[in-house]
Amino acid sequence: MHELSIAQAILETAEATLRQHPGARLAKVGLRLGELAGVDRESLAFCFEVLVRDSAHAGAQLQIDWQPLTHECLACHREFPVRDWDRRCPGCGAGETRFRSGRELEVAYLELEEP
Amino acid sequence: MSQAVQDPVARKVLNENDRIAAILRSRFQQRGILCLNFISSPGAGKTTLLERTLAALPAGDRVAVLTGDIQTDHDARRLATYGFPVQQITTAGACHLDARMVEKALSAWNLDDLSLILIENVGNLVCPSSYDLGEDAKVVILSVTEGADKPLKYPGIFHRAELMILSKIDLLPYVPFSVEEARRNARKVRPEIEILELSCTTGEGLEGWSSWLAARRARRLKVP
Repeated sequence: MHELSIAQAILETAEATLRQHPGARLAKVGLRLGELAGVDRESLAFCFEVLVRDSAHAGAQLQIDWQPLTHECLACHREFPVRDWDRRCPGCGAGETRFRSGRELEVAYLELEEP
Repeated sequence: MSQAVQDPVARKVLNENDRIAAILRSRFQQRGILCLNFISSPGAGKTTLLERTLAALPAGDRVAVLTGDIQTDHDARRLATYGFPVQQITTAGACHLDARMVEKALSAWNLDDLSLILIENVGNLVCPSSYDLGEDAKVVILSVTEGADKPLKYPGIFHRAELMILSKIDLLPYVPFSVEEARRNARKVRPEIEILELSCTTGEGLEGWSSWLAARRARRLKVP
């Protein structure tokens, strides 16, 4: 439900960079989105498309890089995606792990077309 | 000829919200204020729990409440009868509170007069979890008339909450809700989550909640 405001914030982030490249056009936004970010991927893609459609950014693409919940094993330091909330290390079987990532909501890169 | 350039930016989308939340957090820390952000589905009993909480606090306690809703000031009117400062934040459509709304509402008060700020978020288990309000802890409320699998369906908020309150436990004889399953599911998502069970109707479990709150306030005051 808040995906529209998230899409707006993504565009504002892109526009801040665009201002440093006069005349450039926004071609693509690369977004890192964690599975625990609380943002629906399809809804966000739809909102982004609606926002850019009749704007100066018409045609701009949103590339979503989905980040699974990832933990790090405290024993062997292996990083692994957590599936079905099973946090045991698949390498050494240790149970002590710590949260590493999975809540990302960040613009990773922008592709601009310069004249 | 157009030329494609890739610009790595690595910027958080909610950068501006996080910036304001960090300012709020440092204001709270400087003054030893404990700030809690209550999140649940609509109807899980956030306002009722806050009513019971305020009723149990001594007159003159330095507590204030912010309550968020999409429309109406019904909750603020309910909560204002307990004699503590209360403000309604009406989001006019937004499904969550953000740090800017909280900062604006707090500007009406002198923070030096407060030691506890209770924020009742908009009823929603998804969107509020993305927005840091500068709070010390998120408290998620799950009522027993909902499904015990809610922690697995909405892991974002249970992964961030320090405390889960199971509310309306007086209704357990009438609904097919497994407390054990709800506890297990919450701990799957966040093994260290604290869990309290209570009923605002019968008062069962409210003492445990008061103790939790008092302990958190005492801990807050000790941290410089």
